[in-house]
Formats: sequence, C-alpha cells, structure tokens
Amino acid sequence: MWRDHLTEIIVFSLLFLLVSAMGFVAARWRRPKDMAHLDEWGLGGRSFGGWITWFLVGGDLYTAYTFVAVPALMFGAGAAGFFAVPYTIVVYPLVFLVLIRLWSVSHRHGFVTPADFVRTRFDSPVLALLIAITGIVATMPYIALQLVGIEAVLKTMGVTGESTVARHLPIIIAFAILAAYTYQSGLRAPALIAFVKDSLIYIVILVAVIYLPYKLGGWGDIFDAADAKFQASPSPNDGILLNGNNQLQYVTLAFGSALALFLYPHSITGVLASRNRDVIKRNMSALPAYSLLLGLIALLGYMAIAAGVKPLPGASAGSVDNNTIVPLLFDKQFPDWFAGVAYAAIGIGALVPAAIMSIAAANLFTRNIYKEYLKRDASPAQEANVSKITSLVVKVGAVACIVFLDPQFSIDLQLIGGVIILQTLPAVALGLYTRWFHRTALIAGWVAGMGLGMWMLYQVASPTKKHFGGSAFPLEKFGFDTPKTIYVGIVAVLVNLAVAALLTLILRAAKAPEGVDGTTPDDYFADEGDPRVTPGVERDADSAREPVA
Amino acid sequence: MPAPEPEAPTTAPTRAKDHSPWNWLLFLPIVVPLIPAFFNGDAPRIFGFPRYYWLQLAWILLGVTTTTLVYQMTKKRGGR
Repeated sequence: MWRDHLTEIIVFSLLFLLVSAMGFVAARWRRPKDMAHLDEWGLGGRSFGGWITWFLVGGDLYTAYTFVAVPALMFGAGAAGFFAVPYTIVVYPLVFLVLIRLWSVSHRHGFVTPADFVRTRFDSPVLALLIAITGIVATMPYIALQLVGIEAVLKTMGVTGESTVARHLPIIIAFAILAAYTYQSGLRAPALIAFVKDSLIYIVILVAVIYLPYKLGGWGDIFDAADAKFQASPSPNDGILLNGNNQLQYVTLAFGSALALFLYPHSITGVLASRNRDVIKRNMSALPAYSLLLGLIALLGYMAIAAGVKPLPGASAGSVDNNTIVPLLFDKQFPDWFAGVAYAAIGIGALVPAAIMSIAAANLFTRNIYKEYLKRDASPAQEANVSKITSLVVKVGAVACIVFLDPQFSIDLQLIGGVIILQTLPAVALGLYTRWFHRTALIAGWVAGMGLGMWMLYQVASPTKKHFGGSAFPLEKFGFDTPKTIYVGIVAVLVNLAVAALLTLILRAAKAPEGVDGTTPDDYFADEGDPRVTPGVERDADSAREPVA
Repeated sequence: MPAPEPEAPTTAPTRAKDHSPWNWLLFLPIVVPLIPAFFNGDAPRIFGFPRYYWLQLAWILLGVTTTTLVYQMTKKRGGR
C-alpha cells in the first residue's frame, strides 16, 4: 500500500517539482537573442562548455533504464550483465576518434542531425531519409523505456491501481510536465536538470556502495552470496564469471553496443551542442567517471541477492519483474527519506534522456523529412516550431506505447533499436572518414543488414518466449557445431559492410553516377571561430547547384 | 581508401591537424577491455572483489589515462 511509503512519496514529489520548475526556468538560462531557430531550441545554441557537456552527455547516455535494467541483469544472469562496463569504456575513445570529425563538419555546414551530414556527403536524399527513419524508429522505444524506469519506482512505492488509467496516471502527468518544459526550453531544459539528476545519482550510489556492503557483511560476502545463488540455479549460462560459451557474446555485445551508442541521434545531439573540439576531447577523459558509477550500480544486483530481495510480480501472472529489485533494495535497506531521494534520482534520471531523445527525434523529422519533402523553403523559425510540435508528438507516442502495450514490448523494441541503429554505421561513421562507398551500395547494405538483423532476432528464443528472446544468437543456427552465441548487431553490420563494399566495386565498374560530395577534407578539422560555410541551412555556395530530391 | 576530392579547396594548410601518431594509442582502451582472457577469473581477490570485477573497473583508468594523454599531446602539436 502507498500509505506505508508516504515519506518516500513526499520526498520524491518535492524533488520532482523542483526539477520541473528548473525545466521551465531553463528557457531564460544563457538566453539567446532569438529562440526561434533550431540551433537554439534543438542544440542549445551550440555553445555548451566542458561542465555542461559533461552533465548533459552523462545524463543522456546513462539513463534511468540503465540504472534499473543493468543491476536486474546482474541479479538474473550474473557476470554477463557486467558488459555495460567494457561497453562504456570502449565508447569514449571511439567518440574521440570519430564524432569529433562529425562535430567539425556539422559546425561548418550547420548540420543538426547525422542524416544532414549523410545527405551532403553522399548527395543522396534517399540514403539520408533511411538514416533519419532508422534514427527515429530506434529512439522511440528508448523513450518509452525511460517510463519503465519510473514505473519500477512507482510500483515499489505502491503508487499503482487496478484500472489501466489509474495505474498510468502518475506517468502521464510526469510526461505532460516534461513535454511542456521541453517544448518551451528545448535542449536547455535537460542540460540544466542534468545537474540535479547526476548530483543525486552520485550521492545515492556513493552512499549505497559504502553503506550497503557494511550492512551486508562486506564485498566478499556479497560476491559469495551471488555465487551460491548461481551455483544453485539450473541455468548453465549464469555465474559470477563468464564460461566458454558466452565470452564471444559478451565481447561482441560490449563492442556492438559501444558502436550503437554513439550512432544514436540523442548522443550525437549532445556532442553537437558543445562549444568546440576541445570540450569534446576533454569530456572523453572525464566521462568515464560515469562508467565507474555504472559498474558500481551493476553490483547493486549482487547486493540485492545478498540482501535476499524478492522481485515484485510482473505484468503477466507467474512472472517476476526483475526491474523492481533496485527500488526494493533501497526500500529495504535505506531509511524512508533516503529511499525517497534514491527514487527521485531514478525518476529524474528518466526525464533528462527522454527530453534529449525526443528533441533528437524531432530534429530528424524536421530536417530530413519536413524540410526535405514537405516544405523545402522552411524558415529557421518554422523549423524550430515544427521540431517543438514533433517533440510533443513523440512523447505522446512513447506514453501510448507504455499504456496500451505490454512494457515487455518496449524492451524488445529497444533491443531491436540497438541492432538497427548499428546499420547506419557505414554511412555515418565510416562516411566521416571516406567517401569510397557508393551511395546506392550503402542503401543496399542497409537493407541487407536490417533484414538479416531482424531475422536473427526473430530466431532467438528465451526460456519465456519463442522469438525476440534476446540478442544472443546461437551460432548453431548458422550450421556451426558449437553452443557459442554472438551479438546479433555485429553480424548484421558486418554483412551490411560486405554488401556495401561488394556493390561499390560493381557500381564503380559500371560507372554509376556517384553524386557530388558537398564537404571538403578540411571541413573535418574545423574548430570554434571557423567561419561557417553558410550559417543555417543552405550550403554549397561554390558548387552552385540545386539540391536534387 | 581513395576519397574523391571535388573541386579541391585552396584551404589545405589546416589539413592533417588531427593526424597525430598519438591517436593510435586510443586503440589500446578499445581492444584491451574486449579480451576476456585477462579478466575472466576469480583470483586474486582485492577487497573481496574477484578479478573479473576489479580488473574491468581498472580498465576505466586505462581509458582515462590514454584519452587524457592523447588530448594533451595532440593539443600541443596542433600549434593553434
């Protein structure tokens, strides 16, 4: 019952109201001359310095779902769940090498989305449209998942009801507030709120990793308790260490997730909003502080085992919702008021990424669908306006996903999201280095990778379901005689690359038209203070040609 | 990889600003954390943490050290 959790609910609500107020005030923070421009609303004026970028990108990549789902995975499967640590170590050097070039070329040409870049680089509106749609489709379930994070907290506090509407009312209200201040303040809102969110999370986790082991008998006991649990379970693939069969999956999942992470539109939005190249480079050294945090959060899963936490029942009868173990652990071990702070950290932790993701998806729609196909001569003010409205639509869609569909469906979609966003790697990430690939070959590679990825995900079974049971694909389905598994995304993107490379050679030989590269090698090193080729949207003044549809 | 260069611009001098050999160092924190042979074991334990956990957390330091080093070295070399 919710009455038993009154202190927690009051603390949670107060902190929630505080950040909502901050979200509205954010419109005045670092106030621009003219908010009616996509650079201002959607990228915070491209002016964020080191600290803001650190909080913004950190708040963006480490979502509420991460905080809830990673320990849940550790709780259920053990060592395999720790992939989040290598994954977030590997991602920063990659950004250091790759996304910095995207920052430069976007700064010069006024690109707002990765699809803008692809459009100019490969002179192909079709390829850009595919990239944009991939980004939007991959982001939508990610936003919905943030709600799963809040819901796990609300469920633990007993804020739940019998009817569909009563159960979801708190979330609908929370998202309505979020939608309102994102509409008004744009990227400035999550940037400002991220300060509160991350400070709360750091406090909660520091307290948790010092106080909980002390209460539970020390780290050694915690690991031994986890070991005992996995020894007793009948499943062969759990344990506090990896075994011979899931190492390949572990490594490919960590690497594939790292590649996917920086291709997601919302991470690119965070990077493009920074002031100069130095800010990004310095941040790549400072952001791993969050990886340490994530590693410690992951271990909360083992603490829950040692503390004897039993997860709350899931949506369908007989199932359990492992996502509730962290909130339950806090409820059981912390005093009420501090559990309230911890819940607020998770709840607010959902709002920051949800805001950035909806902005990123809205920018993709505005720049690469609305402006490209619906209104070619849209003014910057119209662009900003369309983005604001789209961000509302995106959030309504995310809430609808949670209210009308089984949350499990969003989790499946998010799994698919990681695999499909990886298929933009050849055009976006390799495109930053080389224009060797032919635009038509890139489209074909995308189709091949997408098709194969979907088929493989469909084939993966889990103990509870026949299809879409995870991302670990058993190699025996390819005809290999082995019990080893591999991450679907890696296989799909390799096939994508192979198809793109092969077709490029063929199209070259056939002398198929390649279009004109709108960028110059020099663009990839431009830094702050560098004159823009054209401020805003129209570009390629020197090549003097009309964009072809 | 031959990248076609349409109407080669005259602003070539700033090119290769990023092409520092130090950048190769960044492959270290990309490759090392992905080799399970290093970390997939229990002994030795440190503060109760099996090697699997403390060593993977220690790779974070490896990442921070290399990115910081590369940033510092390439900053000077850029000569801006």
